[in-house]
Amino acid sequence: MAGLSELYQNVILEHNRSPRNYRVLENANREAQGNNPLCGDQLTVWLRMEDDVIQEATFQGSGCAISKASASLMTGAVKGKSRRQAQELFDRFHRLVTGRLEPAASETLGKLAVFSGVSAFPIRVKCASLSWHALKAALDQPGQIVSTEQP
Amino acid sequence: MSGVGATRASPSRGATRRVEGAPPLDVERIRRDFPILSRTVRGKPLVYLDNAATSQKPRAVIDAVSRFYASENANIHRGVHYLSERATEAYDAVREQVARFLNAASTGEIIFTRGTTEAINLVAQSYGRSVLRPGDEVLITAMEHHSNIVPWQLICEQTGAVLRAVPITDAGELDLDAFDRLLTERTRLLAIVHLSNALGTINPVRELVARARARGITVMVDGAQSAPHLAVDVQALDCDFFAFSGHKLFGPTGIGVLYGRESLLERMPPWQGGGDMIASVTLERSTWAPLPAKFEAGTPAIAQAIGLGQAISYVNAIGLDAIGAWESQLLGHATERVGDIRGVRLIGTAREKASVLSFVLDGVHPHDVGTILDDEGVAIRAGHHCAQPVMQRFGVPATARASFAFYNSFEEIEALVRGIERAGKVFG
Repeated sequence: MAGLSELYQNVILEHNRSPRNYRVLENANREAQGNNPLCGDQLTVWLRMEDDVIQEATFQGSGCAISKASASLMTGAVKGKSRRQAQELFDRFHRLVTGRLEPAASETLGKLAVFSGVSAFPIRVKCASLSWHALKAALDQPGQIVSTEQP
Repeated sequence: MSGVGATRASPSRGATRRVEGAPPLDVERIRRDFPILSRTVRGKPLVYLDNAATSQKPRAVIDAVSRFYASENANIHRGVHYLSERATEAYDAVREQVARFLNAASTGEIIFTRGTTEAINLVAQSYGRSVLRPGDEVLITAMEHHSNIVPWQLICEQTGAVLRAVPITDAGELDLDAFDRLLTERTRLLAIVHLSNALGTINPVRELVARARARGITVMVDGAQSAPHLAVDVQALDCDFFAFSGHKLFGPTGIGVLYGRESLLERMPPWQGGGDMIASVTLERSTWAPLPAKFEAGTPAIAQAIGLGQAISYVNAIGLDAIGAWESQLLGHATERVGDIRGVRLIGTAREKASVLSFVLDGVHPHDVGTILDDEGVAIRAGHHCAQPVMQRFGVPATARASFAFYNSFEEIEALVRGIERAGKVFG
């Protein structure tokens, strides 16, 4: 069925099998944990920031293929981005997975565009955005634990 | 269907029914009684295997609820008018039916609640608050649903009592030696699940109640999962409290039952105040209505109670013995078929089980198993099943769970197996 193959694109399956940047970042200066209390998924995101720019991002945790692949691709995508650029990227990514991103804008997302299939599965939006919520917390209020069930 | 409670085997370990010699059910005919079972999902016939979350409703229940609103709706215990009298009669008749279903000694022992969760909170806040003192212990188990953990944590915080939990074995059975050690002279209350929603384990409650009661300990049994699958006789169990939910017993949401031993309910203070639970009210003080009204403040879920009555009639007409026998065959077959799939690990392999098959598939997260099964029209639950301590015990973040009811078939188990195999291929 089209919906399912859109959701589980090969890039996602591959990042689920071999997630990138899946480790504790020894010299991190930002860290935050993301929890989804409804399903029990949780992961930690570590950042090394220099002059407001993300030099490196890593993660670890447990979750489904969507949340793991999303974290994997996110840690690659935000490298070299300023805090503001990273937040803009999250905003566009969130509009993509909730089906509210104009098609032209999805081209600006690069590899992250593989998550477009998530919009047909509203219940999986939280899986795709868990690591991004943790990233945002690490940028805004490092050390915090964020939950998908908080506003 | 009267007197059913007294004729059924008690659901203790030794008396749990197995397959042999059971009359097979006419599953095809039964399925036609459930309108939703003929629908399709994502272009495939619905295979509903999420019965531990909520069960589907037979036409008789749906019709009873809509008939009540269409032609009988009125408040109860209020009006002198015809409709109010009729509604009151219908509501009270369901209470009698529930009393027979559980083999309670009297209708005063049957309190209607919103569900099992509210029933447990009622016991914790009314009974627990009045008896628990600092240093007292409340004993639960490591396989409880959050609804039989959190209310006790709250009341322990409020009273200074201490919460303890009986550990479970690798098979998902209670550690009975530890159980005996944890029953101490400080234990005031034991709250225990009859049938685990996450593991499917049937606990030997009759025996455990006897051990606790011998020490003067009050016992609450969470019957949310057992009531739809096992015959329950609260007098044979000898428990002090027993709770179940209507919606898992093929009835509506928003209605549940607390059975309480009359001598305890009489001594307990009301939990919620309001209309219907008083004898008299002045601006200074009030006196309480007799049981069961003392614990039913406000307008209850009348239509839902009437729906629950129909659900109990429906279950009684098939018979919990026949239901238990068929479900045991289903679970046995599913355990074999799913257990044979490469990469599957079953979570919960107790000797005495019912309805629930929890598993993990190597390299595939349960949510992804659930999404792929959903694409095949197969509805299961994926997650922690509101039993996070169980997940922690087995070292998994979540499981996939298929849970069966009497309207499920062997063909549906094959659809489940095909879906799991497909998940293995997609992620392999």
